[in-house]
Amino acid sequence: MMIQVPPVSVLALSGSMAVAAGLVGAFALMRRMTLAGDALSHVALPGIGVAILIGINPLAGALVALLGGALLIWALERRTRVATEAIIGVVFSAALAVGALLATGEQLIDALFGAPGTLSPWELGAGLVGAATVIAFMILARDRLVLLFLSSDVARTAGIDVQRLSLFYLLAFALTVALGLRYLGALLMGSLIIIPAATARQLARNMSQMLGWSVGLAVFATVLGAWIAESTGHETGPLIVIVAASCFVVVTAVRRR
Amino acid sequence: MILPGNALEVEHLSVRLGDVEVLRDLSFSVPEGSSLAVIGPNGSGKTILFRALIDAVSHDGTVRWAPGARIGYVPQRLDLERNLPVTGDDLLRARARLAAAPPSDIERVLSRVGLTREILRKAIGTLSGGQFQRLLMGLALLGDPTVLLLDEPTAGIDEPGQERVTETVRRLQNDGVTVLMISHDLSVVVRFATNVLCLTRDHTCFGVPRQVLTPELLEQVYGEPVALYVHDDPGSTR
Repeated sequence: MMIQVPPVSVLALSGSMAVAAGLVGAFALMRRMTLAGDALSHVALPGIGVAILIGINPLAGALVALLGGALLIWALERRTRVATEAIIGVVFSAALAVGALLATGEQLIDALFGAPGTLSPWELGAGLVGAATVIAFMILARDRLVLLFLSSDVARTAGIDVQRLSLFYLLAFALTVALGLRYLGALLMGSLIIIPAATARQLARNMSQMLGWSVGLAVFATVLGAWIAESTGHETGPLIVIVAASCFVVVTAVRRR
Repeated sequence: MILPGNALEVEHLSVRLGDVEVLRDLSFSVPEGSSLAVIGPNGSGKTILFRALIDAVSHDGTVRWAPGARIGYVPQRLDLERNLPVTGDDLLRARARLAAAPPSDIERVLSRVGLTREILRKAIGTLSGGQFQRLLMGLALLGDPTVLLLDEPTAGIDEPGQERVTETVRRLQNDGVTVLMISHDLSVVVRFATNVLCLTRDHTCFGVPRQVLTPELLEQVYGEPVALYVHDDPGSTR
């Protein structure tokens, strides 16, 4: 039996997912991993495909694939930074192709672009715990992440475990993608992480403002996109991304004047 | 065990990157409170040496720091994109909080590196090369280091900026900080270094500047004949 989750809980989940996306995105820009981050979100697709094949929750399959993808990026970057972007591009595009073969028809569309559907209490609970974990990590690790992304050597001499912090950040990124899959899908979730942060960069004058704007814009895009979807009967994910991208275009145009 | 009075001892250090042996069988020591200049042509492994000293690249051989040594590292190149809204304040505060240092330490460090509070509000991308270099020194000083590693601190900076950076280094030396500095600038090397470590493709050498900096070595390092005149006043070396 499916228990109905009250709408306010759904709002809390999508809101906290957006907060996590805003925080993770601001640091993704610092880390110059906008491309890698977007590609990483695609790796969810084969996870969803395999999960459907073996009959488990698709989001669980996506989470496992995403965490595996984060580990892969981490392992590659330990070897060489230059080749990483190319390898990530190849591996994760291939993942998208494999995923497209495994999932077909409507399943594929849902996995790519998101399908809010009915939320089970279990999914709600796991989602809220996941979002709270990412948000807490980003707030607690803020100073260490600033130094890490300034220079890993400076961070190392400041006593930071560079490898571990790097891994934790990538896992937080992967977890954030997993949180947004239901709303935005594997193809669009990377955009909710990157676009509000890229808009925030143009508005902010310091790190706190950057984080504030990035979170605010991600939440705004998520809530407004979901509301327009609800009112017009269109898909949620594309509308969220369109709202976020519109903010980016408006801010860029106004700043250029 | 490290010998008393030494800040750093390096024995038989070798670093290999892929198929290339960047550093081979390097041994030297750095007494506490002294300064070591590392010179060599581009690609001779100077930055790799620094990164091996802080254990950021895997290496063979031994690197021993004095017990309780705190290292401040001032890199030449940054991983960070400079057009981000990250201010001097963001960096210094982050480092101060990690070191559990009171906010007053930021003021103290700014004056040690010759910067004003104005720098705190500016985005790092808008700073001049010299200001940014001194901000990075300030960042390193917030950890109250006993040893400072400076990777080409005057490279790409205009002359007044270079003067201010070298003046800052001189003050730190007077405060008893052990300084290891990669530099292409011979006048800086001769004025500030107790010892020179040279890395060339064929060999390495180590010793006091007047003995080590022979015309033959300088030609290898700079790729052309270089004459070095050392006057009695160390401030007027060319």
